Amino acid sequence: MDLFIAIFTGTIIAATPLIFAALGELVVEKSGVLNLGIEGMMLMGAAFAFWAIVAGLPMPVAILAGALAGAAASLLFGVLALTFLTNQYAAGLALAIFGSGVSAFLGRNFGSAPIDALKKIYIPYLSDIPVIGPMLFRFDPMVYFAIIMFFVISWFLYRTKGGLVLRTIGESPETAHAIGYPVIRIRYLAVLFGGLMAGLAGAYLSVAYTPLWVENMTAGKGWISLALVVFATWRPLRVLLGAWLFGGMTILQLQGQALGIAVPSELLSALPYLATIVVLVIISQNRQMLALHFPASLAKPFRPAT
Amino acid sequence: MAAPVIATVLTLLVGSLLFAVLGYDPLATLQAFFITPLNSLNGLSEWLLKASPLILIACGLAVGFRANVWNIGAEGQLIIGALAACGVGLFYPNPDSWLLLPLMFFAGAIAGMAWAAIPAFLRARMNTNEILVTLMLTYIATLLLSWLVHGPWRDPAGFNYPQTALLSAAAMFEPFDYAYRLNASVFITVVAVFLMWLFTDRSFLGYKMSVSGAAPLAARYAGFRESAAVWTGLLAGGAAAGIAGMAEVSGPLGQLSPQISPGYGFAAIIVAFIGRLNAFGIVLGGLLMSLLFLGGEAVQMNLGLSAALTRIFQGILLFFLLAADFFIFYRLRRIPEHA
Repeated sequence: MDLFIAIFTGTIIAATPLIFAALGELVVEKSGVLNLGIEGMMLMGAAFAFWAIVAGLPMPVAILAGALAGAAASLLFGVLALTFLTNQYAAGLALAIFGSGVSAFLGRNFGSAPIDALKKIYIPYLSDIPVIGPMLFRFDPMVYFAIIMFFVISWFLYRTKGGLVLRTIGESPETAHAIGYPVIRIRYLAVLFGGLMAGLAGAYLSVAYTPLWVENMTAGKGWISLALVVFATWRPLRVLLGAWLFGGMTILQLQGQALGIAVPSELLSALPYLATIVVLVIISQNRQMLALHFPASLAKPFRPAT
Repeated sequence: MAAPVIATVLTLLVGSLLFAVLGYDPLATLQAFFITPLNSLNGLSEWLLKASPLILIACGLAVGFRANVWNIGAEGQLIIGALAACGVGLFYPNPDSWLLLPLMFFAGAIAGMAWAAIPAFLRARMNTNEILVTLMLTYIATLLLSWLVHGPWRDPAGFNYPQTALLSAAAMFEPFDYAYRLNASVFITVVAVFLMWLFTDRSFLGYKMSVSGAAPLAARYAGFRESAAVWTGLLAGGAAAGIAGMAEVSGPLGQLSPQISPGYGFAAIIVAFIGRLNAFGIVLGGLLMSLLFLGGEAVQMNLGLSAALTRIFQGILLFFLLAADFFIFYRLRRIPEHA
């Protein structure tokens, strides 16, 4: 039972950065923009949050610093993709490389000492319930915040006018422009939001999940988040489920390594990447489902006619 | 051709600003970054040595990029090429055979192509996005390399270091001069550049690839198969990256260790873009990118600055290049208030 609880809570925690990053990217893609630079924004978030802690700033400020760093990084992409109408693939890649460089540069003096991680909260009374208490009510606040963000984003996208406008822009920016919506401005906001969320994801990695600084510590989690959005066929609930699936995969292979299964640890570590490929292949078979929720203008530059 | 030059100049400007902010004399640092490394014969040898894999890989990748086939995993294909080549070099029964080097060459090329064939098959037959698959395969390749050098392929006489035994002399490219590391593998890159030029400027297949990239609907109407473009693009990139990996093992490295490339596979993507996806431009782009790597190492050794600066410069260069394109393709015009 203890092992089960450990795997369950580990899964939820490992999924948290993926939930942040993938939900953020979902909003960006729903507006018709493809930002491949999540990995770079996450690394920026991780580095700035860690930097704030090293500088002696309190935890909430550090997390905010991470989020803002991600947003600032996303602005670079936004200017290129939205104002300068560049190829979004190339702009996103540039951001991924740039972010990894900036974070490594910042992190050169961080040392390898761990910091005091974000504290877990034991929710009064609820956390004392046998089994369910330790499973659901003993996480750090960011875990709950990620779940809250899931509800907020689902509600925004499908239950508000703002969400409808955002999705319209993703489907047909020409139409939205003709009706009078500021397509470029709204896309900027979406990109900034995606950056904020990727920054949060990175901050979570460096101040709560690991909590120490390792160069390129995201280890592909930004790219996996991108895959999650495709896997989820652009629907929030599936992003959540997908993130838990991958979180579970990460924890299971870690448990496998800890139990000393007679498979080399490197090969176990490769499992999440392999699973990403397998899942992508399976989901790609269902073209109809992909087409149904795919933002039709994704990655196509839009220039309002004057 | 103006955009790459403008982007380079702007990158240098931002670079000097960055140095100034960090408290270093901008001019002296720029000189240490971009000029001093080339001041000696050894520097020039290192310059070409690093430019060679970048240009080679960028040529292969550009074939795919022309057709909008996004192979982002050249780093992984390089690693697998190096693995296969080194495997042949280590386990071929006669370590002094003249056959060894050609065998390693083909092993590297075929292994790189095989690794790239996975995303090609998945995209062409299974409709799966090649960007994500090539990237995931890069992580897997890195882990595979790490496992081999920590485990089965570790040199028993290597004091427990995670590395393979050194390759025999017959498995290595001859350096032009034993004082420097530059070796005969640069001729492979020269041939690749020529092939790239033939392909893009003189072949029907190259033309079809360009049409597929520029106007997919026209390409389909003309009967050019998309899957052919996908296979050609990915296999060209995989072969080039695999050969580059082989040339690293048989050149400057001489053995495998957990980290065999400073990110050539990723940097080559930028090289292909700076080079405007054509052979001549890629040569210039590769020389520039190689200088960024050299400069990063130089300021790390001489000024104690981090080599991560190289990646920052790479990112900035690509940012400016993309932005400069905008001003070339569009003209800004003031619109009267009440138009």
